[in-house]
Amino acid sequence: MSTTTTTATTSATATTTTTAATAATATAARTAVGRWGVTALALVIVAVLLFPLYWMFNASLQPSHALLSIPPRWFPADPTLDGYRAAFDTQGRHLLISLFVACGNVLVTLAVAAPLAWALAKFRLRYAGLLLFVLLIVQMLPGIVKANSLFTLYSEIGLLNNTIGLMLAQSTLSVPFAAVLLRAQLQQVPTEVVEAAALDGAGHWRTFLRIVLPMSRNGVITAGLFAFLFSWADFLFAITLTSREAVTPVTVGIYRFIGANTTDWNALMASAVLASVPAAILLVIAQRYIAVGVTGGSVKD
Amino acid sequence: MTRTRLAKLSFYVPALLYLAVFFGFPILTNLTMSFQDYTVTSFYAGDAPWTGLGNYAAVLGDELFPTTLWNTAVFTVASLAFQFAIGLGLALFFRRRFPLGGLLRALLLLPWLLPLLVSGTVFRWLLDQDYGIVNHVLLTLHLISDPVPWLVSPDHAMAAVVIANVWIGIPFNMVILYGGLQSIAPHLYEAAALDGAGAWQKFRYVTWPLLRPVTSVVLMLGLIYTIKAFDVVMVLTQGGPADATQLLSTWSYQVSFTELHFGEGAAVGNVLIVIAMLFALVYLRAVRREQAGR
Repeated sequence: MSTTTTTATTSATATTTTTAATAATATAARTAVGRWGVTALALVIVAVLLFPLYWMFNASLQPSHALLSIPPRWFPADPTLDGYRAAFDTQGRHLLISLFVACGNVLVTLAVAAPLAWALAKFRLRYAGLLLFVLLIVQMLPGIVKANSLFTLYSEIGLLNNTIGLMLAQSTLSVPFAAVLLRAQLQQVPTEVVEAAALDGAGHWRTFLRIVLPMSRNGVITAGLFAFLFSWADFLFAITLTSREAVTPVTVGIYRFIGANTTDWNALMASAVLASVPAAILLVIAQRYIAVGVTGGSVKD
Repeated sequence: MTRTRLAKLSFYVPALLYLAVFFGFPILTNLTMSFQDYTVTSFYAGDAPWTGLGNYAAVLGDELFPTTLWNTAVFTVASLAFQFAIGLGLALFFRRRFPLGGLLRALLLLPWLLPLLVSGTVFRWLLDQDYGIVNHVLLTLHLISDPVPWLVSPDHAMAAVVIANVWIGIPFNMVILYGGLQSIAPHLYEAAALDGAGAWQKFRYVTWPLLRPVTSVVLMLGLIYTIKAFDVVMVLTQGGPADATQLLSTWSYQVSFTELHFGEGAAVGNVLIVIAMLFALVYLRAVRREQAGR
């Protein structure tokens, strides 16, 4: 499902078309035109589907009074960065909290899920099948149920309004997903490699950390990426487990901002753009890992 | 020998403890809370009186219960139908080989990667009654004569949250269905073409039957995720206006965290669990059957 391969094949076919064009000029030229015609149609589709994002970006650069004009301005003719200034002022702290919690969640998720995935993949545990079933089914547990009971637990042990508490709650979104995804990946590590390491006197953990994980780098990156995204996007745990301004992440920051300033669309859309940045960056730099993860963690094998 | 055993245990015992604390405990607590009169005072007193089935009686007897159940069903079915149809259309379209195809398909993933809260916020702006672009375009095209009060009228709010949720879910459907289409062997289409099959017949007799396993996976996963949807509705309408978009999930939140009746909130949550788990089991069975059939 990797897009890099598809793109490679597409360009390969394109080259074939060029070679064929010299042989049978008319037909091949028509095919090439047809292909670019499809591309044009695809561009229109993408433009329509991504229009909401353009509209967010457009509004993030226009002064608030311009946004309340009819007809709307399709382009930021007179761009301003006021919205971004306001966004940094009001959401800067929340963005940092989100970043901290999301990075922490990556560590928690990998620390819990990777060893478990290895055990599930290679230890021949008696209840491995049952455990895998549990890991799949708990992903379907409605978040509000976890939030409801974690709220009572946290209020007893003093983890409400605590970034570590929030991080641990969010890890419930990514740990089962990462364990299922990594198990499938780690199963592909050849047993001979592990046996060879054991013969060399390496213990279980040493083999796991020095040989297995580096060999399965792609799986680990995908799992980490999704742990980051799940945590960054989390709203339910954030709204239920944090109430103090000083510890709320950006999703709740924006939510409260809407409640307080329904008309300041400029600053609001600038905040929304800032909150989308990690997703956009990840799509650009890590697209092939994302393709693996779309279902990898919620479907067995 | 025992050292190896210990080392092995240290791989999965911490994870089992984690699962017990973060999944086992919440499920059990939610269950016990649903039989208790758990309110704000319970936090200070550290004690909540047992009420038997009182919470369930209160919740199931509440006039909001049938409303939220119906809303959840409408929201889920409408979202899935459109997400799936549009996702399938796009997957079929992007199956063709054309310049920039891979890149454009990758770009379509973006809505799926954004925090739901961000997407919801953007749709609030798009669907704004006075200054939203959607009403402006519809008015310009003379499809409507007055601005539609998308988010403030009980008659339109459900359509609004469904539109936003469909937009969010399209990429997920497209990517999985695209993967499914890739695994259909090309020679089957060649054979169908030799038999004189047209485009529709190829779809009807080759694509659709061979895509069925993937179709059921995508629909069931979509169902399970949509049934517990929360963020989009919270940011767009908070369940309003007049509970027109109140879902089981948002209602559970409201009962627990706004009205502070944690016991009743837990009961609503358990109803949601039962529904989600029913579908989850159906889904896992379907997956198993598919794998056995392979």
